[in-house]
Amino acid sequence: MVQHDKIQQTIMHILMIFLVLCCVLPFLLMVMASFTEEQTLIRNGYSFFPEVFSLETYQYILRSAKTIFRGYGMTILVTVIGTFCNLAMPVLFAYPLSRKDLPFRNLLSFILFFTMLFNGGLVPTYMMYANTLHIKNTIWALLIPNLMMNAFYVIMMRSFFTTSIPESLIEAAKLDGASELKILLKVILPLSKPMIVTLVLMVGLNYWNDWMNGMYYVTDNNLNTIQMILNNMIQNVEFLSKSASVMGSDAAMIKMPTVGIRMGIAVIAVLPVMVIYPFLQKYFVKGIVVGGVKG
Amino acid sequence: MKQKAKAKTKTSWKSVFRHWELYAMMVPGLIYLIVNNYIPMAGLVVAFKNYNYKEGIWGSAWCGLKNFKFLFGTRDAGLMIRNTLGYNLVFIITGTVFAIVVAIVLNEIRAALPKKIYQVFILIPYLISMVVVSYIAFAFLSTDAGFINKTMGTRTNWYMTQKYWPFIFVIINLWKSFGYNSIIYYATVIGIDSSLYEAAVVDGASRWQRIWHVTLPGLRPTIITMTLLAVGRVFYSDFGLFYQVPQNSGLLYDVTTTIDVYVYKGLMLLNDVGRSAAAGFFQSICGFILVLTANMVVNKVDKDNALF
Repeated sequence: MVQHDKIQQTIMHILMIFLVLCCVLPFLLMVMASFTEEQTLIRNGYSFFPEVFSLETYQYILRSAKTIFRGYGMTILVTVIGTFCNLAMPVLFAYPLSRKDLPFRNLLSFILFFTMLFNGGLVPTYMMYANTLHIKNTIWALLIPNLMMNAFYVIMMRSFFTTSIPESLIEAAKLDGASELKILLKVILPLSKPMIVTLVLMVGLNYWNDWMNGMYYVTDNNLNTIQMILNNMIQNVEFLSKSASVMGSDAAMIKMPTVGIRMGIAVIAVLPVMVIYPFLQKYFVKGIVVGGVKG
Repeated sequence: MKQKAKAKTKTSWKSVFRHWELYAMMVPGLIYLIVNNYIPMAGLVVAFKNYNYKEGIWGSAWCGLKNFKFLFGTRDAGLMIRNTLGYNLVFIITGTVFAIVVAIVLNEIRAALPKKIYQVFILIPYLISMVVVSYIAFAFLSTDAGFINKTMGTRTNWYMTQKYWPFIFVIINLWKSFGYNSIIYYATVIGIDSSLYEAAVVDGASRWQRIWHVTLPGLRPTIITMTLLAVGRVFYSDFGLFYQVPQNSGLLYDVTTTIDVYVYKGLMLLNDVGRSAAAGFFQSICGFILVLTANMVVNKVDKDNALF
């Protein structure tokens, strides 16, 4: 019986280790490619054990501060501003909704909730943002469309406020003559720290990883984020491979980042996430668990 | 208490005024919802118009069902609906089964530290963007230097061969999402009342019997809810997965065109606004009906997990 149990445990560990390797090895392949010498990469292909190591990729990245660092800077800027707004707006919206004494509370909840059921989709959204509000090629394009206030986060916040904050605290603060904003900032938010951290992480990740808004609304290279640089490089390769037959050997002359460098940029795009994530894993898990089912 | 009940039944303007601070807080959010969500909803009428850029959505002339006739007259319509629904159904089945297995295995493992470590690692694919995924996929699939071709000694042209892509999509989708789903199921599993397990052990139940008679029934509400929510979204697809990962390869058109890909290409690349708008309208309406239906079913099966 004990023997039998040991075997079962071993099998389960082997299965999980296999899955962990499945999750990690693809990244390792990408990382290794970025450390492989260019000619070796072309000759031997992508490999976990490159024949010739080289730091050329990262030297190139360091030298091309203008595009890549700028992109990195844009990503950080957009992530910071976006996360702040995407935190402030849902909190400001969720707190009144959590107050049972607020008139028209149900109507306001419905206005919010309905956006989760029905949406206009890409065509009208694009037309409005691009042709009416003219946010094309401005920083607003990277901040506003679809990312700024997710109904789902508001609902997460609201249920946290209703379940975890005792009403008596609010009543007490009111008796002391505190304004609503003050109650929110001084009483509610300090009690909501774990939820706020979770929200910051999930929202921050959305902004960090976003390339769609850039693809829809930005053609100005000065606004490129790191994800957009990656995205543009795919499109360029497509373009080159499609036009190669037309232009013959000329296409090969066009300067484009070589394979290793592209992988290097992908590596530095995921690096901050990978570095931060293990320390905050429990908050991510919390966000997934709270949001997943009810989402 | 009595006062509260009164306030609830009768909304007086005085009480609205007394809460002005709370309403003021909601203004930024409301404006955002109107701009980002409600105006585009109204903008869906563009599907019934002969859109031209100068006149805008509201100024363009009505054209009845022309766009729809145009759209459904092509083979693209059937193709993209088939792809969107087909992929989603396979994703739901594979994803659910796999995630449940992982969640149960995680629960059965006793060693605490490895269990923790596994949980950290399986979430990694969830954290990266589809663009980066498409780079990783390229490292594996590139014809000349790809890991698969080099290791197997083949020269398969992955980006030009349709038959592989349904499998590639399923694998990538599973890879990217299983950690996320497993964590949700795992949270449910550890929430199952431990006295049920103890009772099962006293009754002499084996590990399999415990899983079959305690764990799985305990997971049932979560499985139902998650599945129905996913069913509510079967008209939507992950644009990045179907557009970026196959690198928009023309030869893969038949297996990569989902509704989202079609709408994007029509609007941004082909300047075929009419058909694009019709496809988008179709998606929004079907999506809406399906979410409502799915929720109605959840409501019947398990009221606590219904969205509304």
